[in-house]
Amino acid sequence: MRIISYIVQKEFLQIFRNKAMLPIIFVLPLIQLLILSNAATFDVKNIKFSFIDNDRTSTSRGLISKFEASNYFDVLEHFTSKELADQAMEKGAVDVILDIPRHFERDLVKNKKAELAVYTNAIDGAKAGIENVYINQIIREYNQHLSASLSLTDHQVARPINILAIPAFWYNNTLNYKTFMVPGILVLLVTMITLFLSGMNIVREKEIGTLEQINVTPIRKSQFIIGKLFPFWVLGMVLLTVGLVIAKIVFSVPIVGSIGLIYVFTAVYILLILGLGLFISNFTETQQQAMFIAWFLMVIFILMSGLFTPIESMPPWAQKLTLLNPIRYYVEVIRMVMLKGSGFIDVIYQLSVITVFAFVMNGLAVWSYKKTN
Amino acid sequence: MKTEKIISVQNLTKMFGDFTAVKNISFDVYKGEIFGFLGANGAGKTTAMKMLIGISKPTSGSSTVAGLDVATQTEKVKKSIGYMSQRFSLYDDLTIRENINFFGGIYGLSRDQIRQKSARLIESLGLQKESKKLVKSLPLGWKQKLAFSISLLHEPKIVFLDEPTGGVDPITRRQFWELIYAEADKGTTIFVTTHYMDEAEYCDRVSIMAEGEIEALDSPKKLKKQYNTNSMDGVFLKLARNVE
Repeated sequence: MRIISYIVQKEFLQIFRNKAMLPIIFVLPLIQLLILSNAATFDVKNIKFSFIDNDRTSTSRGLISKFEASNYFDVLEHFTSKELADQAMEKGAVDVILDIPRHFERDLVKNKKAELAVYTNAIDGAKAGIENVYINQIIREYNQHLSASLSLTDHQVARPINILAIPAFWYNNTLNYKTFMVPGILVLLVTMITLFLSGMNIVREKEIGTLEQINVTPIRKSQFIIGKLFPFWVLGMVLLTVGLVIAKIVFSVPIVGSIGLIYVFTAVYILLILGLGLFISNFTETQQQAMFIAWFLMVIFILMSGLFTPIESMPPWAQKLTLLNPIRYYVEVIRMVMLKGSGFIDVIYQLSVITVFAFVMNGLAVWSYKKTN
Repeated sequence: MKTEKIISVQNLTKMFGDFTAVKNISFDVYKGEIFGFLGANGAGKTTAMKMLIGISKPTSGSSTVAGLDVATQTEKVKKSIGYMSQRFSLYDDLTIRENINFFGGIYGLSRDQIRQKSARLIESLGLQKESKKLVKSLPLGWKQKLAFSISLLHEPKIVFLDEPTGGVDPITRRQFWELIYAEADKGTTIFVTTHYMDEAEYCDRVSIMAEGEIEALDSPKKLKKQYNTNSMDGVFLKLARNVE
């Protein structure tokens, strides 16, 4: 215990003495939190919308005016032909083209049915999907409005009322993406900082030769490793605290569930990440190598975490792969606890998985750390 | 005459793939002597030393250090030895005092012991004014002396020095050897590698390694006589020529 305290003391001295490192540890993540949380939004706005109106009736103009009224669409000049519209789409000048055929109004009145063509630039599939939802919503609304007015003028027997879907978004009822993103980005910050610092720290001692000096002392592997990792565990917890305060004060993210539960989960989670960092540093000789591997893992972890893209929309093999991804569990838990108010029982699965991972990872790390080569 | 064996090496071999860095060497070191381990760069000195201090596993052969088998009682051996590596390996970003505290601490010294020892150490090196300065601000010669003194904090029976005077000026080298003598007088065994032949003259006995093998082992006086030359330089050159 006393020996461990000497290592912890030395690590803290070095961390706080490194004037270049301190801002990197504390300031950069916070800037990231502030910028990313504002920038990383799923809202698609300013959609460049244009149309070809071959019908030129009050019905077709009415539909277009609905798009003009929407906040999401920037209605550009209309095109006189499909060819011109296609050219504009190829140039990237327009995102969405609505093609209203001739006799649109006539067909609608006569046959109670008319067709519309919508062309969407789907280079960014996720964006196109969202645009499509918006367009459908506007058309559906207009349709309801029309069928009401048309049936009135036609004096027809009222048809059965269409089922109207009223979307209700639970746990984030204003669909505020910041509420959704801030906890996730907080997860990334805690993970990145602890992984990079722990991975790089021990390799650094290898590089400067002090690790050899340590290996000649009778210190136990476990003492050295605990002493080395504990300061970074503390740093991770401090970072979480600062992040939570910012989430609450700057972004007004609700924290519905128990903060204690978030801390308990994070405590175990950081152990896992530190174990991974140590494992990386055991198999690398320089800080660059460690950085590359840590970064490589980080990118995979982030993209497969469900933070930016839903896990449900991944192919089945990829979904299975995410079961090995620690960030996935952390993102799930922090969102569940903060937004939904989930309790201990609800996150017991994730907590167990992370605990098992932490044991395995640290076991591997201690095993692969060799005082004798 | 020193007769109590403190290091005993039998048929020690280390291979890295096809390359044999150390070929089947055997020798003994007696308690209290200054044992010089000489050889050209790449002769296998450092590799041999790393096997003795338990940070490199021999491919074959065995060694006992301070009466303990290095292969099976590695961690106990580490309590009895001090080591100063070729690369300067104190923490540059800690002060002199913080380095002493840290290394004293991980060798398991008590707070009182550390306090006393660091006071004595700083005084004997004349570093009172610098004790709160970062180690990186010290000149190389002072760093080496400090590293040597820190490797002795836990009062080891044997201290291994790997080219301790590399890159320092002759005066500092001289002072460094005075420190070594003072320590040897206390009964500590000194195992030192070097490729300065004048330093070889300061040793009680020297072994000269070439291409992973020990070519000669005796006192400097006897070696000079055997190779019919008046300096260790001459001995070394003759041996090196034989190898080629």
